[in-house]
Amino acid sequence: MNFGVIVFPGSNGDHDALHAIGEVLGQPVRAIWHRESSLDGIDCVVVPGGFAYGDYLRAGAIARFSPIMGAVEQFAQAGGPVLGICNGFQVLTEAQLLPGSLLRNAALEFRSQWIDVRVERTDTPFTTDLSVGEVLHLPIAHGEGSYFAAPDELARLEANGQVIFRYCNPQGETTDADNFNGSLNHIAGICNAGRNVVGLMPHPERGAEALLGGDDGLKILRSVLSFAGARV
Amino acid sequence: MSKENGAGDPTWLAHVYVTLKTVVNDPQGLAIADGLHTMGYAGVEDVRAGKYLQVRLRAGSAAEAQRLAEEMSDRLLANTVIENYRCIIEPAS
Repeated sequence: MNFGVIVFPGSNGDHDALHAIGEVLGQPVRAIWHRESSLDGIDCVVVPGGFAYGDYLRAGAIARFSPIMGAVEQFAQAGGPVLGICNGFQVLTEAQLLPGSLLRNAALEFRSQWIDVRVERTDTPFTTDLSVGEVLHLPIAHGEGSYFAAPDELARLEANGQVIFRYCNPQGETTDADNFNGSLNHIAGICNAGRNVVGLMPHPERGAEALLGGDDGLKILRSVLSFAGARV
Repeated sequence: MSKENGAGDPTWLAHVYVTLKTVVNDPQGLAIADGLHTMGYAGVEDVRAGKYLQVRLRAGSAAEAQRLAEEMSDRLLANTVIENYRCIIEPAS
């Protein structure tokens, strides 16, 4: 399976993603500069973390108009699997490939730590190897990760089962203390209506090796291989 | 997409005010309000933090400049999922 990692000026999770996919998962992967306009030969797109265009104006606002994003939109609309991580999640909401928006953390602090998320659904390309209710231990590093959607949109997301991950404690309970950025309904990750585009604030690519503190993230990356295998 | 060049047209200054929608929690505004209260401004009821942008642009008329500024706001300057905007046009000096 050929992975493509989009690289914007200001991306900083691109090499983590390239390493996790190429070295740990052992799959062919290439960096795709944002000035490129084609995703030919790519089977899975990763929009990585960082501060694309310095997060000027709003996180993801300017990156969304990079030439490659036209191809990413077409790829997503054709049903191709797209994973947005942290800043990549913000870019995908700005591009309206995912609903809602990510606001400044409620405590106004940049938070860099390991957290837990509960798996809510497994019917996306990035969750096929997971179980509903499973708790994943993953790193986060963001200042603007407080998920927001208007009340009617939020109700629709919940009704459609588009909430994929929620912040929780190690036992899988969603207590207020674990909702460290103030996200509505503890939302840490969602998918689109077509379920092929997934965005999450935690960093699976930085939590893909036990040596670096945990490898739960590898399950997310590996899921897309199982998903593709099951479709063949 | 509209005419983007406007060569020969007069220049306008668009004042663009971007504010969070009232349904959106604004922790920055709350922190600023706390600061004002601490300073003794007990009458402060609420603070909402937003953005103010100045866009100089060429357009054939004030109405066209208004339309362009609003189009830019819809597409980039504001995220209408979370923000409202207001554009005020004046001739650029």
